[in-house]
Amino acid sequence: MHEETVYDALTGTHDDAAHWAFGSGFDDPLAGVDTTVPDGVDAADLGGYCLMLGDDALVLSQRLTEWLTRSPELEEEVAFGNLALDLLGQARLLLARAGSVGFLGRSRERATDTIPHEDALAFFRDPAEFRCSALMAADGGDFARTLVRLLVAATWRLAIFARLTTSRDPVLAAIAGKGIAELRYHRDHAARWVLRLGDGTAESHRRAQDAVDAIWPLTADLCSPTDVETRLRDAGVAVDPREVQEEVREVLTHVLEEATLQVPPWPGPTPPRGRLGQHGPEVAELVGTLQSLARRHPAATW
Amino acid sequence: MTELTAEGGHGAVPTGPSVPAGDGGVRSSWPLYEVFVRGKRGLNHVHVGSLHAPDDEMAVHAARDLYTRRNEGVSIWVVRSAHVTASSPDEKDPLFAPSGDKVYRHPTFYEIPDDVPHI
Repeated sequence: MHEETVYDALTGTHDDAAHWAFGSGFDDPLAGVDTTVPDGVDAADLGGYCLMLGDDALVLSQRLTEWLTRSPELEEEVAFGNLALDLLGQARLLLARAGSVGFLGRSRERATDTIPHEDALAFFRDPAEFRCSALMAADGGDFARTLVRLLVAATWRLAIFARLTTSRDPVLAAIAGKGIAELRYHRDHAARWVLRLGDGTAESHRRAQDAVDAIWPLTADLCSPTDVETRLRDAGVAVDPREVQEEVREVLTHVLEEATLQVPPWPGPTPPRGRLGQHGPEVAELVGTLQSLARRHPAATW
Repeated sequence: MTELTAEGGHGAVPTGPSVPAGDGGVRSSWPLYEVFVRGKRGLNHVHVGSLHAPDDEMAVHAARDLYTRRNEGVSIWVVRSAHVTASSPDEKDPLFAPSGDKVYRHPTFYEIPDDVPHI
C-alpha cells in the first residue's frame, strides 16, 4: 500500500499526485449553450443589456478588490478576494457575450486584435461608455458601508438573476444559472456581517446605520428601466427591474430589522443615469485605475 | 496592547483604513478555530489549518472561503482550538515509546493475498 499525503483525501479525481494544488472537478458553465441571438431580439439591445449587468459586476468587483491588503482581518481579506473573483467571472462572461453579438463600440479600435472581446470592452472603453449603476460604483467607504452596499447589491442582483434563468437568450440563462449560487453566498455573507455590525457594539451599530443611510439613496435609479431593458423584457430576454423591487425590499427590511437597524424611507424612482453612461467622477477614477496597465501596454501578455 | 502570541500574529497588527484602534479590543478577542475538511471521495475529515472568527457560524463560512478555494471539500468542521485537548510533547516517551517493541500487536504473521483491497 502506498503512503497517502493528507491532500490525497481532499482531491477528487487525480491522476497526477503533483496536481492536487490545482483542484479538480471543474466544469464549464457555458459548454454546449447555443450562442445565436434569439429571434426578434436586436443584437445591439442584447449587447447593451449584457454590458449593463457585466459592468455592474466588473465595477463592484473592482470596489471589493480595493480592500485587498487593507482588510481588518486576514479571513475577511480572502473573503473579499473570493467575492471579487466571483463577480469578475460573471463580468467576463457577460462582456464576452456583448462582444460576441458585435457590441464593441470603439473599444476595438483602441485594442489590439489579439485580445478577446471581454478584455477590449473592459480595458478600452471610456468611462462614459460604462453602464454600471451608481450603487455598484459608489466608493467603498468603511467596512460597514462596504458590507451594507454588498448586501443591497447582491440581494438585487440575485433577484434579477433568479428570473434571468428563464431568459430566451440561452447564454444569459446559463450565466444567470451559474451566478445564482455565487450571489446567494454574497448576499448571505453580507447579511451575516450586517447582523453582527448592527446588533454589535455601539460603534459598529453607529457605523452600520450611517452606512445604511448613505447607501439607500443610491437605489433610486436601480428600478427605472431604460428603453433597452423594456424592449428586451417584452422579447422575453431581460428582466424589468421593477418586478424585483418588492422582493428585494422585503429581504433588506428583514435583515435590517434583525440587525436592529432603522430602515430609511425608500427613495422614489429617478430616471436612469448610470445605465445611460452618466456617472460621477468616482467612475472615471475607478476606470482609470482598472485600465491603467492595459492602456499603457496594450499588447502585454504574461 | 495585548502581547503578541504565537497564534499567527495577524490579529495583533492593526490594519484597516479608517477603523480607530481604541475600539475596546474587540478585534483581539476573536477566538481561534481549527478547521477540518472532508473531500468528495474522502471518508474522514482532515485537519487543514486554523483561522480566527468572531463566532461559530462565521468560522464555518470563513473556512469555506479560506480552505475550499480549490474545489477540495464537501464538508467542513470547525472546532474552537481551546476545546481541543492535546498530548504534551514532554509526555512523548511515556505515551508512545511502549508500543514500539510490541511486535505482537501488528498483524505481521498473516499472509495477505494480492487481491485483497487496500487496508
